[in-house]
Amino acid sequence: MKVKKIRGHSRKDVLLLNDMGLNVMNKVMSNKWIIAIYTLPALLLIGVLIFIPLVLTGYYGLMDWDGIGDMSFIGLENYKNAIVDGKFWSSAWHSTLLAFFSTLSLAIYLMISMILASKLKGADFLRKIYLIPMLLSSVAIAQLWIKVFNPTNGMLNYVLMKLGIENPPAWLAEPSFVLFAIFIPILWQYAGFYILIYYAALKNIPESIIEAAKIDGASPLQIAYRIKLPLIKGIVKVTIVLAIVGSLKYFDLIYVMTGGGPNGASEVMASYMYKLAFASNDFGYGSAIGFLLLIITLIVTVIIRKLTATKDEIQY
Amino acid sequence: MNRIGYYLLYVFLAIVALFQIFPIIWLFLFSLKDNREIFAGSPFALPTEFRWENYQKVWDGGIGVYFWNSVWITAVAIILTVVLASMATFAITRMQWKLSKLVLGLFMVGLMIPIHSAIIPLFSMFLKVNLIDSPWSIVITYTAYNLPITMMILLGFYYTLPREIEEAAIIDGCSVHRMFFRIILPMTGPVISTTVIINMIYNWNEFVFVNTFISSDKYKTLTVGIQNFIGQYMTDWGAIGATLIISVLPILLAFVFFSNKVVEGISSSAIKG
Repeated sequence: MKVKKIRGHSRKDVLLLNDMGLNVMNKVMSNKWIIAIYTLPALLLIGVLIFIPLVLTGYYGLMDWDGIGDMSFIGLENYKNAIVDGKFWSSAWHSTLLAFFSTLSLAIYLMISMILASKLKGADFLRKIYLIPMLLSSVAIAQLWIKVFNPTNGMLNYVLMKLGIENPPAWLAEPSFVLFAIFIPILWQYAGFYILIYYAALKNIPESIIEAAKIDGASPLQIAYRIKLPLIKGIVKVTIVLAIVGSLKYFDLIYVMTGGGPNGASEVMASYMYKLAFASNDFGYGSAIGFLLLIITLIVTVIIRKLTATKDEIQY
Repeated sequence: MNRIGYYLLYVFLAIVALFQIFPIIWLFLFSLKDNREIFAGSPFALPTEFRWENYQKVWDGGIGVYFWNSVWITAVAIILTVVLASMATFAITRMQWKLSKLVLGLFMVGLMIPIHSAIIPLFSMFLKVNLIDSPWSIVITYTAYNLPITMMILLGFYYTLPREIEEAAIIDGCSVHRMFFRIILPMTGPVISTTVIINMIYNWNEFVFVNTFISSDKYKTLTVGIQNFIGQYMTDWGAIGATLIISVLPILLAFVFFSNKVVEGISSSAIKG
């Protein structure tokens, strides 16, 4: 206890005051009314706008409902439909593919971060440059990349034609290319984010460990693979969760770039759900898909969180 | 590390930097060109003449309205979020009550929720209370969905505040409200600025809520506004480029001035799982 803070009392008075003060303090700081005033507004907001809607999504999923008229209870009919709905499965497959690509791309990000964190001058500046795309809205990113991919005037095909490729594809209009084409801006957008996380983790590794390895004659590659990587395993696992869960939720970018097309070739779970509800007015079935999305996201999060629980075992 | 290897690594990092930055530079270049120049010339060429009139044209054409909507909606939601999150974090970390851990848990569960799973019921709720096509539906939704992440960033700071400050204040006869607003809140200034930046990026860039709840042009924010707007200028690349640059400029400027805060905010919001 810092006695100095209390003005105008002798040390003895203060000690006496401390006892009284602590009592007053405990009383004041556990006042139920004050606690309610401070927490209820925030609780009310997340309750009404986050938790109740989640419960309602599950509830609407059991209904046949166009969003305006009367609901009728149809039990698990919507979920049964989902199981045999080819469009749902193809959207789920596309989400899975994106999750897979995103996870693979972590290796590239990790490699860049390793180089960046190896005592290079200007690393701090570079990682800020890498972060810039992450700050733009998905709508702006989508619109920009629509232009990059433009078949006749886009930057990409201009370069390809200069390189002598005669008929470069119309990237976003080709069902076989579209998902890969969409992944490029995703890669671009999130690079700085993951590099930032890895860089911070790598900088936390004590210098002495690296020095000891160098003295023992370890090559830079060995240090990277055998020493640094195991030491940041916990963070790597966290980023895998982020990449997978994030991919399952992709929406804005795809909705703006292709609207799920051509012919459903880039439809993902969130965009399929959105279309069902707000384009086909099938709120019941849309809610069922939304509920599945929630369950899948939570299961994936919990599973990989279990894996990350090992991170405390690391000892330097 | 030998010299050549060292330079090779720099070249590699520079190529990555170019990949990250070049599309934005390209966008800026064509926002200052006219179609003839864009379609006939090299995409890498500087504009022969800087056509700032592209910017004037789209601003007067309606982007201005979306811009100011984005500004005020972003600002009001930030203030609400930061004040409510600070109050709740204060009560959870500094006051003594049995349910504090449980309540904190509720907020942290909010971090994991995919917004798409809530959007259909949100739409029907707002429809019932006549908040569809009202900017307030957006403001309160942003506030609710940003509370968990804001609180997560605040938590660490609140846990480290010394008890003595509160004791001294209360012994001096200060009320809890006075103590919170006059002493604690100003002390959390540094971390509040981090949360403001993060909230600003989230709110400014948000798309799906506005796209779903707002239908009148006069209430649309930039993300949704530019979507429709670009439809009108289908083939006028200069206008589209100018529109996009205007929409990303405020965030880029914030980054230029507060890059350390942005980096801090993004890294602390990352480990949310």
